[in-house]
Amino acid sequence: MAPYSQLSFLLTVLLIFGALCVTSKVQIQSSSERQSASSNTGSTGESTSNSSASITTVPIVTWKWHHVETPYLVALWILVCWLCKLMAQLNSKLKSFFPESALLIISGFILGGIVWGADKAQTFKLVPRNFFYFLLPQIILDTGYFMPNKLFFSNLGAILVHAVIGTCWNAAAVGISLWGCYLGGAMGNLQIGLLQFLLFGSLLAAVDPVAVIAVFEEVHVNEVLFIWVFGESLLNDGVTVVLYNVFDAFVSLGGEKINAGEIIKGIVSFFVVAFGGSLIGVVFAILISLLTKYTGKVQIIEAGFIFVLGYLSYLTAEMLSLSAILSVTFCGVCCQKYVNANMDEKSVTAVRYAMKVFANGSETMIFVFLGVTAIDTDIWVWNTGFILLTLLFVLVYRFMGVFFLTWILNRYRLVPIELIDQIVMSFGGLRGAVAYGLAASLDETRIKEKNLMITTTLIVVYFTVILQGLTMKPLVKWLKVKRVSPTELKLIEKVNNRAFEHILAAMEDISGRIGDNWWTRGWKRFEDTYITWFLMKPEARKNRDYLFSIFHKLNLEDAINYVTEAEKRGSLAFLNQTDGTIVNFEKKLRFSGVMPDIMSELDFGNNNVQPTSVIQDTVPSVSLNIHEHEMKRMNEDFNAHHLLQQHLYRSRKNHRHKYSRSNFSINQSEDEVQEIFQRTMRSRLESFKSAKMGVTPAKKITKHPKKDPNHKMSNGKTTDKSKKHPYGDEDFEFSEADSAYSGDGGATGGSSQRRGTYTMGAGVENPAFMPEMDTPPPPWVTEAEADTSVAPSQGAQRYLPWSPRNLHRLAPLRISDRSTDSFLMADAPATEESSEESPQQPSQRDGTHM
Amino acid sequence: MGAFHSVPEDHEYHLLAKKTGFSLEQIVILHNRFNQLSHNSDVLRREDLRKIPDLACNPIQSQIVEAFFDERNFKKGGEGSVQEIGFEEFLTVMSYFRPPETHLTAEQKEEIRRTKMRFLFNMHDTDNDGTITLEEYRHVVEELLSRSGSLGKETAKSIADAAMLEVASISMGRMGPDEFYAGITFDHFLKILKELEIETRMNIHFLNMDTTFFCK
Repeated sequence: MAPYSQLSFLLTVLLIFGALCVTSKVQIQSSSERQSASSNTGSTGESTSNSSASITTVPIVTWKWHHVETPYLVALWILVCWLCKLMAQLNSKLKSFFPESALLIISGFILGGIVWGADKAQTFKLVPRNFFYFLLPQIILDTGYFMPNKLFFSNLGAILVHAVIGTCWNAAAVGISLWGCYLGGAMGNLQIGLLQFLLFGSLLAAVDPVAVIAVFEEVHVNEVLFIWVFGESLLNDGVTVVLYNVFDAFVSLGGEKINAGEIIKGIVSFFVVAFGGSLIGVVFAILISLLTKYTGKVQIIEAGFIFVLGYLSYLTAEMLSLSAILSVTFCGVCCQKYVNANMDEKSVTAVRYAMKVFANGSETMIFVFLGVTAIDTDIWVWNTGFILLTLLFVLVYRFMGVFFLTWILNRYRLVPIELIDQIVMSFGGLRGAVAYGLAASLDETRIKEKNLMITTTLIVVYFTVILQGLTMKPLVKWLKVKRVSPTELKLIEKVNNRAFEHILAAMEDISGRIGDNWWTRGWKRFEDTYITWFLMKPEARKNRDYLFSIFHKLNLEDAINYVTEAEKRGSLAFLNQTDGTIVNFEKKLRFSGVMPDIMSELDFGNNNVQPTSVIQDTVPSVSLNIHEHEMKRMNEDFNAHHLLQQHLYRSRKNHRHKYSRSNFSINQSEDEVQEIFQRTMRSRLESFKSAKMGVTPAKKITKHPKKDPNHKMSNGKTTDKSKKHPYGDEDFEFSEADSAYSGDGGATGGSSQRRGTYTMGAGVENPAFMPEMDTPPPPWVTEAEADTSVAPSQGAQRYLPWSPRNLHRLAPLRISDRSTDSFLMADAPATEESSEESPQQPSQRDGTHM
Repeated sequence: MGAFHSVPEDHEYHLLAKKTGFSLEQIVILHNRFNQLSHNSDVLRREDLRKIPDLACNPIQSQIVEAFFDERNFKKGGEGSVQEIGFEEFLTVMSYFRPPETHLTAEQKEEIRRTKMRFLFNMHDTDNDGTITLEEYRHVVEELLSRSGSLGKETAKSIADAAMLEVASISMGRMGPDEFYAGITFDHFLKILKELEIETRMNIHFLNMDTTFFCK
């Protein structure tokens, strides 16, 4: 399958590319035509040149390539680049040892080759303007926005040292060494001076965040190492651009006019530009945060504000000739917390995804175009000495700089950075598109060897991205660099981390020194009292607590698991897991009357406490587990209900809100809530019926493979409760409606037939806890397990639903956990008299009497 | 540095340095601090610690203060809590937060890890029965969240419960229906917090310079 799809994709790309080449040829021809036409007539606008020049009849369709030319080419290129990425991703064998960025560059070579073959010239290349204004900002915004803030700020000192001092060192060392070699005669005759060398050194000093992230994301090094490399690459871009501008100014000033005053000015401007840019970013971050306090009313475009303002912060800094990269970085870093707290959860998700789409998309384009650009005879100027020496110096000085700075930093660190980490860090000095962009924007009139510089920069970029990127993974493995397992932190770990911070701060207090923890805490206090008040919605302040959000997330995850699980088993079966929740269900309903969208996820965060507390009041805390169990289930039930509502009415709903551009909320009518209530009620009573019928509640046997240890107790409990069921008398009346109800249930999900079958014997309290039952195990497995742990449901699973008769089974669906087995025993034979059923029976009995 | 009253003998300092691993300068500084806190008496009481202004706003202040008076933390094999501690005990408790030496074997690292974890564990396990029960854990979490204002007790409780359930499910795997998870034992505690990298994090920077002057 895979080779075929790859082949087809390759074909698609080639086809598109063919089309592209054709069109670009057309473009050239037509433009030449146009030129000749305009030279003939002397006065035509470009729109009229093709079509309206000489109309004899009314054309039905006309070929209007020039109307769409630029946007069309842009869109086409985006498509082609993304298809390249797709191909790179599909090719899993290649991907396992080749970094994606390198693959993209290589496919860029191929594409560039095709274009060149068609046009005999490189019509497309990475233009610095496009790069700096349209491709780079979103990437930097993305990295800033997703920056692990705590890690970043706690390592800020080290990052700054590396980014500022390290970069200056690299720029100066490379520039001066190259100059020295030039004077020594290693490069032949070039029109180049010390200042130009320094300029070149400074543009090469940029460790590229795009390339670094692309490579380091794949290797999962430990977090300190990651943040050092990553933070450095991010900040040093800003620094590089500043340095570059300073040297550029020096170059245009000319060597003679530079005196001490100018140098001091340069240094001052360096700091002004860097800090000013960061300041602009912070200002915009504050603006964004303030704005999102009020954007709740226009929820649909809420997410857009982040992008627009982020982009504006970039442009503003650029306008003021401050560091735009630093500006947008700090904008992202500072606003993320407040934005996430202020905005609706849906908008947060929207921002998150849109950000990734933009960033990833333009990253792909950058790499592909880095490749495409290379296939151009115009820019290639070979100078062996210059190129090889540059490569050598770039590598060597990177290592020297990192080792020296880390050595200094280690003297002040509690836990020193190890040698291995230093090697990886030096090796991670990948150069990328920023360097190329700067090289390409050199002014040819002042820098005679511009093309040589571009060539060299490109070679350095390819060398670092492809070769170093390629060897990074094996190196990390071989050196046994401490890596992180990409697992999520457990809740208890987070609680502990929190406690930890306090303990450390307290210890500092007691030992009587003002340390990092003191500062952290001071800042936190200040933030809590003033900043959050200023920048956060009042209601968001509640939820900003980190632990709470984790807790909230866990609950959501549970609920989602729960629903997916339950849907596999039959769409409605899960809703009525416990009768203990009746009280709360009514409560829920009351909520939904008052506030229609109480069930939506955003409110869940605020409200999940309430049902919990209700339960905790009503259920005496016999043991942790019941308690816990009830609580969890409560939350799940609560959310499940919401999800159920969404899905039950999905088909009817979609057409209702899709055309509305401003109101995207799912409109649930009172009827729907009512109907769902009735259904659940019915099924609840249904299960109660079986309990009442006095069939042995074969409870003990349900030794479900679930983690909750006190399952049995909780079962007993719920049974008790159901006896006091207020609706007890009506049960038969409701049960008559069963068949209709089951039909509905069947119609709900696409593949509910099969699901229904699974549910058949599923005496599962809480499917979310049974991940191993996600997929029906093959028969042999089931057989083996049948006697060990149960699950009557597995007996049912053995049965794949081939016959339409399975629809019947939906009727006596096991909707409640309580009466699972007893109910089955009572009803199953009655409703289904097929011989098919016979294998199932023993297995159930197996389960039951164990 | 003659600011302290009861200047211990030099060899006493050496002894303490050997026992706790602090450098002599650090011990002198900490002794200064000790005297400052105890108002130049030989023993330190709970009130002395509680009076530290910054500590007063620490949500888990009581646990931390208690840790200083917990005999389990004195590395002498005792149990229970005491009313007042001397400088040696103070230093011993402090030494839990000493950064480890740079070159350590794997076993030494593991040992350091265990001691640090034991300290944390003791902080949770108030009745010293070897397990952190749900009640104990809830108590800690409640205190921990008590200052964050908006989070009610109920939330704290459910967070503690959720965390506890998580521990139960991780450490016990699949439990039988009759089993009951009594609480977190030390082994489970170690296992669960494996990724915390405590040996690199449970450290504070003890300076070789006296800064007691700046703090109250």
